[in-house]
Amino acid sequence: MQESAIDLLHRRSARGMSLRCALVVAALAGNLVFAAAAPDKATPRSSATGDVQRIAIVLAREVRDAPPPLSLLDVPPADDGIAGARLAINDNNTTGRFLKQEFTLAVVQNGDVGELIAQVKKTVESGAAFVVADVGPQAIVGLADALKDLGALIFNAGSGDDRLREQDCRPNVVHTAPSRAMLADALAQYLVWKQWRRWFLVHGTQPDDEAFAAALRRAAKRFGVKIVEERQFRHEAGSRRADGGHEQIQQQIPTFTQNVPAYDVLMVADEGGLFGEYFPYRSWDARPVAGTQGLVPTSWHPALEQWGATQFQNRFRRLANRPMRQLDYDVWIAIRSIGEAATRARSAEPAGMIAHLKSADFDLAAFKGRKLTYRAWDGQLRQPILIATAKLPVTVSPQPGFLHQFSELDTLGIDKPETTCRAYAR
Amino acid sequence: MRARPSGVLIAPLLAAWLLTPTAAAAYTVYVTNEKDNTVSVIDSTKLEVVKTVKVGQRPRGIILSKDGKWLLICASDDNNIQVFDARTMEFVKNLPSGPDPELFVLHPSGNPLYVANEDDNLITVVDIETDRVLAEIPVGVEPEGMGITPDGKLLVNTSETTNMAHFIDTATNMTIDNVLVDSRPRVAEFTADGAQLWVSAEIGGTVTVIDPKTRKIIGKIGFEIPGVNQDAIQPVGVRITKDGKRAFVALGPANRVAVIDTATLKVERYLLVGQRVWQLGFTPDEKLLFTTNGTSNDVSVIDVEKLRVLRSIKVGRYPWGVVVAPF
Repeated sequence: MQESAIDLLHRRSARGMSLRCALVVAALAGNLVFAAAAPDKATPRSSATGDVQRIAIVLAREVRDAPPPLSLLDVPPADDGIAGARLAINDNNTTGRFLKQEFTLAVVQNGDVGELIAQVKKTVESGAAFVVADVGPQAIVGLADALKDLGALIFNAGSGDDRLREQDCRPNVVHTAPSRAMLADALAQYLVWKQWRRWFLVHGTQPDDEAFAAALRRAAKRFGVKIVEERQFRHEAGSRRADGGHEQIQQQIPTFTQNVPAYDVLMVADEGGLFGEYFPYRSWDARPVAGTQGLVPTSWHPALEQWGATQFQNRFRRLANRPMRQLDYDVWIAIRSIGEAATRARSAEPAGMIAHLKSADFDLAAFKGRKLTYRAWDGQLRQPILIATAKLPVTVSPQPGFLHQFSELDTLGIDKPETTCRAYAR
Repeated sequence: MRARPSGVLIAPLLAAWLLTPTAAAAYTVYVTNEKDNTVSVIDSTKLEVVKTVKVGQRPRGIILSKDGKWLLICASDDNNIQVFDARTMEFVKNLPSGPDPELFVLHPSGNPLYVANEDDNLITVVDIETDRVLAEIPVGVEPEGMGITPDGKLLVNTSETTNMAHFIDTATNMTIDNVLVDSRPRVAEFTADGAQLWVSAEIGGTVTVIDPKTRKIIGKIGFEIPGVNQDAIQPVGVRITKDGKRAFVALGPANRVAVIDTATLKVERYLLVGQRVWQLGFTPDEKLLFTTNGTSNDVSVIDVEKLRVLRSIKVGRYPWGVVVAPF
């Protein structure tokens, strides 16, 4: 697998860099594959014998251009997601030593979706049956269709787009990234528990902002929240704070949030992170901010310490020299799911592993205090969602009192009776 | 470090028993408080905290030396094991432990100590007399539960993310077998005769009973409590009576201790205790069982014969481990 690794890297946030320009960063790739395949310093002295089963995993990254974040603290690290993959490969291999199973990782990166799909397809044809994707919605659908007859399984770890779980769902895709609907429902449950039932919704102009706003509207309807006013915030991308930048924002945000009917929370839908951080402490009325900024729903938080997470955070920090981010966690879950399927199936044969992963017998312990499983109707991972500020988790949803006849986790996101996904039902 | 002959123990115990107004003998119960960095010392006759002692950071696993002189505490965030005089609670020394010690078990002869290093996928073997690390044994991801056969020949460790019970020959410190159990195994407990090994799986929600000789699974115990969500049933602490007839399993956020008939592996009863119950400790006469209730910051006291919860005792924040001394 190592030889077929294709490593084209764009710098995600380098300004002025052409999207089409691809850089080969062999050093990074070399380290990566080596780290992934190398045995731990301590090899168990085991009396077990037999041939080693190999399980090859591809991490596919669509390199996307994004303006720099508003805060220097939010600049994504170059190994965002990759470090999560490396940790999961190490965890799988520590377990695999006892079962004579070995997991390898190849990273494929490209800014061009067509090229990326072609590269991943080649790697799958040469024997890798598991693809973990940190790509946009269009690339997920493209990958799924390109790989549909190859017996491979794709883990969507990078996109919360609900269409991928609904009208664009594919039977060879499961989703470890929480959907927008799950995130919005999780946040809404907590705000309802707080009795903050009147929302003022501010959304950006990008399609992703509108999609998150739609998820918030859906959650509001489900949980009895009234959206008292909606406003669109027009923002020029890239107009970051420079010297003296705060004066204008200090004037602009109070004016923008003036004359709103009485409300409890200012909900912001700004997935690109272009303006949302400007709202806390600057609104006309003294109101908390939640949504994509302020109090946020997320699958992971670098300060989570419950459910044994401390040791997991330590392990990650030792490996990557930085805190763990949501993408790292969503990728880690995907690769640990593959490891768990191989352990339980006691096999490296993809069809059997995939069947186990999709069966009712599969469960994964992932530092959330309960077992995580995949939904049978759309392949979405069921999981508790953290509600957090930048520094600390505040709570975890589902909230007490939001009941469900099968699993309370199914109060988050699109439930079985609502799904329009037909590919899974077949 | 030989076990103290039982006759020496009986005399003071008898005296204590005669002096106390209730039928129970007087023992000392030690509880680690994970968030307070303290140990609460409870008098088993008064059933109240008589002393609170400052210890190292994030104290979790707690045991007594076989002669009862020393109290050993895993100070997880200090990356060592602290030794206290069990009677005076005076600090004696630190033992090396490897990183992030969580649970440990002593060889039945009293030495060495086997420590699970949760952060480092290792078991560290420590000589508690000379304070030296004797060996490191690689195991699965996040080693946790530690059990040893009464003859000291077979050591068992559970690894929380690898989901296995690793069987280790103590003569060679080599892994001889690995048994796959359900998700996130926590505690490994042998029956007093060494014929069975019980392993709890926190996320799997089960207890697996294994024959240590053949390493075959004899049975698996599931739990069902009316009105309690299945996801909240998370088995952690396991204690089995010396006669091997009854097992007690702490069920975490289900806030219950399950009482199991070991002959049938059926749950006889669920006892309602404090919140997020984790570890369990018998008094030496097995009349009382103490439970650590993490989120309600208390300890529940169970009457083992009547299977009734007698009372709860407020301790420090996030009580984690518990051990009872025969004095």
